[in-house]
Amino acid sequence: MTNTIADIETSDLILVTGSNTTENHPVLSSFVKRATLKGKKLYIIDPRKIKLTEYADKWLRPLPGTDIAWINGLMHIIIKEGLQNTAFIKDRTENFEALKTLVETYTPEHVEAVTGIKTGDLVEVARAFAKAPAASILYCMGITQHTCGTDNVKSLANLSMLCGHLGKPGGGVNPLRGQNNVQGACDMGGLPNVFTAYQPVGNDEARNTYEKAWSVTGLPKNPGLVVTEMVQRAHEGSLKALFIIGENPMVSDPDLNHARKAFQRLDFLVVQDIFHTETAQMADVVLPAFCFAEKDGTFTNTERRVQRVRKAVEAPGEAREDWRILCDMAGRMGYEMSYASSRDIFKEIAAVTPSYRGITWERIDKVGIHWPCPTEAHEGTPILHTTQFTRGKGLFHALAHTPPAELPDRDYPFILTTGRVLYHYHTGTMTMKTQGLNVLSPECFVEISESDATKMALDTGAMVAVSSRRGKITAKLKVSSKAVEGTVFIPFHFAEAAANELTNAKLDPTAKIPEFKVCAIKIEAV
Amino acid sequence: MDQDTIIINGNHLVFRSGETILETARRNHIDIPTLCHLKNAIPTHTCKICQVEVMGEPALVESCAAKAKQGMTILTDSPKVIEARKEVIKGLLASGYHNCAAREMDAKDWTSFQLTVLKNDGKEDLCPVWGDCELQDLAYRYQVKTRHTPSKECRYDTERANPFIIRDFSRCILCGRCVKACREIQVNNAIEFGYAGDDLKIIAKNDATLKDSDCVFCGECLQACPVGALVPDKAFRDHRFKDTRKIRTTCSFCGVGCQMDVFVQDNKIVKIDGADTDLPPNHASLCVKGRFGYEFVASPERLTRPLIKKDGKQVEASWEEALDLVAQKLSAIKSESGPDSIGVMTSARITNEDNYIAQKFTRAVLKTNNIDHCARL
Ligand code: SF4
Ligand code: SF4
Ligand code: SF4
Repeated sequence: MTNTIADIETSDLILVTGSNTTENHPVLSSFVKRATLKGKKLYIIDPRKIKLTEYADKWLRPLPGTDIAWINGLMHIIIKEGLQNTAFIKDRTENFEALKTLVETYTPEHVEAVTGIKTGDLVEVARAFAKAPAASILYCMGITQHTCGTDNVKSLANLSMLCGHLGKPGGGVNPLRGQNNVQGACDMGGLPNVFTAYQPVGNDEARNTYEKAWSVTGLPKNPGLVVTEMVQRAHEGSLKALFIIGENPMVSDPDLNHARKAFQRLDFLVVQDIFHTETAQMADVVLPAFCFAEKDGTFTNTERRVQRVRKAVEAPGEAREDWRILCDMAGRMGYEMSYASSRDIFKEIAAVTPSYRGITWERIDKVGIHWPCPTEAHEGTPILHTTQFTRGKGLFHALAHTPPAELPDRDYPFILTTGRVLYHYHTGTMTMKTQGLNVLSPECFVEISESDATKMALDTGAMVAVSSRRGKITAKLKVSSKAVEGTVFIPFHFAEAAANELTNAKLDPTAKIPEFKVCAIKIEAV
Repeated sequence: MDQDTIIINGNHLVFRSGETILETARRNHIDIPTLCHLKNAIPTHTCKICQVEVMGEPALVESCAAKAKQGMTILTDSPKVIEARKEVIKGLLASGYHNCAAREMDAKDWTSFQLTVLKNDGKEDLCPVWGDCELQDLAYRYQVKTRHTPSKECRYDTERANPFIIRDFSRCILCGRCVKACREIQVNNAIEFGYAGDDLKIIAKNDATLKDSDCVFCGECLQACPVGALVPDKAFRDHRFKDTRKIRTTCSFCGVGCQMDVFVQDNKIVKIDGADTDLPPNHASLCVKGRFGYEFVASPERLTRPLIKKDGKQVEASWEEALDLVAQKLSAIKSESGPDSIGVMTSARITNEDNYIAQKFTRAVLKTNNIDHCARL
């Protein structure tokens, strides 16, 4: 997030898109809901009629996969009515003319034809967003999990810059991170192209620093493979071994059929986890690890706040800490990695990571600190881009709408979108061990609109077979007011009816995120 | 300096404009007890415990409602105040089924009070929050005895129709904190005051059970309830006298990173509460997963020993054997097919320290940049 969670309550207008906030980030959604109690404006632009729409001034319903079209539409109106923040555009940004030219064709009428959003609604949101003293945009996987996900995010940044809502309290473009430490995993260089703090592996200076810090030579300079590419290479046979830590791709990956075959073709699969997950069951070696309640360390939350994790209980049996297992492995492979404690690891992190340099465990003992925090005297940075952007001036990207990779047709007439429910988390390996959560959310369901259900003469509770060009699952139908005609929602938590048997592994070319949010399916009674 | 000061118990204190007497006092660490006040919510003033004496005012004043005014002279513990508080506490104890021994207390000191209670603890229906109840604390502090006052019968049955929260209306003092917590803090709007007069009750819509209401089991109400009217449906109730440790940590589910207090007995998590109301990012709020979703930690299904696949079947192995095998296999594949034939998937669940070591291992030992995690998924 460019801004903080607390900051949301101080916005004059909040635009939520592609985030089912009350179920995926419940406590954060309270900040949004409290803002509405104080009379702040809330607009939701989302294909599903999610719970948060009940608190909103207005809910706009675009067809799945048409985000760039409505964002360009908003900018079209704002520029046409002269509501853009001219001073901000002049001082802080470049390439405005290209954007202006591109959005000229996105008239409200054209946008309505593409997205289904009513002209009047789009105009209302455009005016309110531009005129608000500070407007915040919150988004989540509903924006990123598309073949055009990267462009969707850039388009939201365009919109925010156009109105000068970046770099100030109550504003910002705020991605809500799904899993607890996604932010930290990225910050720590758990990515194929960067070391910690996003220092590129291709940069000679960065590699030099690391070679010195780690006393090694010959660190590889070509970016590596992303998860989805690893699965692809395994399938082709050029990736021979995979070491998986705390992930369950056999439920979370798109197009599971394909992933299963890929894993079977590996010469060697190691899984390090706390449970015998679907993925662990396929492994050649399974290593038992600690869970969060047994560890000392840090997580970094979605607002870039580095916070302490503390050991509360002893781990079961012979389980070991993740880092210790890896250090033991390194030693056996001829490279000494030894630390007395995870605090020592954090000291090394601070030494090689500019944005974490000023953070120590002592400093975050009570309250976490927002990175960047360059020195021990620095208080951290709650709001990013207050005086300039990372690259200096903010760059407008002129981006055209591209339709999703797979659209409904005669054979597969429904659009499927996937996501989470309140009571479960990711592949359910943790939440499904709490009986009460299973009582409240016992099984997979296929959420469908009343009119679609009526057409098929089916009702809540009916078992249906759902199939796409890639796979098939069966689950119970659930008629819901959250669904809109033509679009079906299935949560992906449940291994017995894994929604990802159906999804499309087609990737966004830059971020390499699969298109989970749109694929074509058909539904039949069984 | 004289501009914005009030005098509480002889102390000259600066107040901020708009502040109530209670807020000024609390900010200056002067304790005024309350049962209905909830931080960050609009005061309900139903409980009348926070009354104080303001010089020149004929009647006692509710400190949670009265704004601090220049020159006010306030006594928070005068005999008049104490008498009034005792009356209120007596009324509350008699208003329901408060059988926690606070009512029959004749003991002179805390130890003998505890002993009396311990003796009674065999009784099935002893209040589950015994020892962690704000009303009981006040009853003890003000030495209120109500043994001879009959308690009011409760006409509503205890609700156990959901897996997480027990609602015991016989112990509800109708302070309204839960309603505030639900409507003003979490804004879930699931519960409200229902019926009137003697029938007053905290209800969900149409007086349905929580399970059939808009309730999302965030447990904000549970955490706010000063007494034993809302209690977690968990083993914690049976372990009041065991040693309990409290550890502050960060929730491991979503990216909000809520700060929480984990309560541990016998190496088992028995309860999780939101941390301090002043502490960002969550200011003591949690959601259903963070508060109740901890059973996985002590699950019998946890992996406890390394497994190695032998003849197509995974069998238990020692760490030595498992680590040797992995190191040898990875080394062999690295030298035969090159470093880039190996991939590492690290995790958005594990700590920064773990992730740092995972990428260091991948880059410095395996010598590949094939490391990623499932953030995109
Ligand atoms: S658990 Fe949460 S939603 Fe349910 S009644 Fe309590 S405060 Fe409201
Ligand atoms: S349930 Fe608890 S918090 Fe709610 S009104 Fe009753 S005593 Fe107060
Ligand atoms: S308590 Fe809920 S909202 Fe808070 S971090 Fe945990 S899962 Fe997220």
